[in-house]
Amino acid sequence: MSSGNSAHPMTLFDASARAMSAQLVRMNAAASNLANAGTVAGSAQGAYRAMRPVFATVLDTRTGIASVKVQGVYQSGASPVQIHDPDNPLADGNGDVWQSGVDENAEMIEITDASRQYQNVVSAMQTAKQLTMDTLRMKTS
Amino acid sequence: MGNSLFGIHGMALELRAQRLGVLTSNIANAGTPGYKARDIDFAGALQAMSRGSGVAQAVGAATQYRVPVMSSLDGNTVEMATEQTAFAENAIGYEATLNMIQDRVTTINRALKGE
Repeated sequence: MSSGNSAHPMTLFDASARAMSAQLVRMNAAASNLANAGTVAGSAQGAYRAMRPVFATVLDTRTGIASVKVQGVYQSGASPVQIHDPDNPLADGNGDVWQSGVDENAEMIEITDASRQYQNVVSAMQTAKQLTMDTLRMKTS
Repeated sequence: MGNSLFGIHGMALELRAQRLGVLTSNIANAGTPGYKARDIDFAGALQAMSRGSGVAQAVGAATQYRVPVMSSLDGNTVEMATEQTAFAENAIGYEATLNMIQDRVTTINRALKGE
C-alpha cells in the first residue's frame, strides 16, 4: 500500500477516476493478449506471452479514501506452445514454431471481470455525484 | 453552533459522507490483491460523536475490517454483494438525513419570516 498524499486531498471522484483507469489498463492488456492469441514465433524467447497488470492500493491518509493504481504490468508464466510446422516460414532448423502462451478463456473472463468492476465504480460515482448535487442545491421553500 | 442547530442530523450527515468514502474505496479496490475491505460502524461512531468526540476520532475508533463470507486466494476481502448493499443503505441514509436538515432549515426560515 502506498501513500497517495498529493497537493490536494483525494476526493471520491479522484478515487473513482483512478479505479476506472486501472480497470481500463486491465481491459487493454486482456484485449492485447486476445489479439495475440495464436500468433507464432521462430523461437521460444520471441513468442508472445500474456500480459497481466497488478493493482496496488493508494491510500490518502488525510481523508482515509483508498484508491487504486497499476503497480506494474507483468508477463504471465504461461509458456509458449511448441508446434511442429515445417511449412511455416518462421520455423527453425527442426521445423518447429512457438505459439503464444495465451489462454483465451482466461482473457475473456478477465475482460468480463474488468468491465463489471468498472461499471460498479461508475455507479458508485454516480450515486456520490447525485448526493453531492443534492447537498449543494439544498433548496428551501 | 452548527451542531445545536441541526442536532444529531449534522453529525449523521458527516458520518454518512465519511462512510460513503470508505465504501467507495472498497468498490474501487475490488481487484487489488491483498486489499482488506473496511467499514464504519455508523451507530458506534454517531454515539461517540454525540458524546463529544470529533469526526476523525469517532470514525477512527469505529472503523473495522470486514469479515469476508468466503476468503479469496489473493487476500482481497471485497465482496461486491456486501459492498453494494452497504453502499445503497448508506446512500439512502444520507438522503434521509439531508431531508431532515432541509426540513429544519425550512422551519427556521418560517420562524424568521414570521409566516
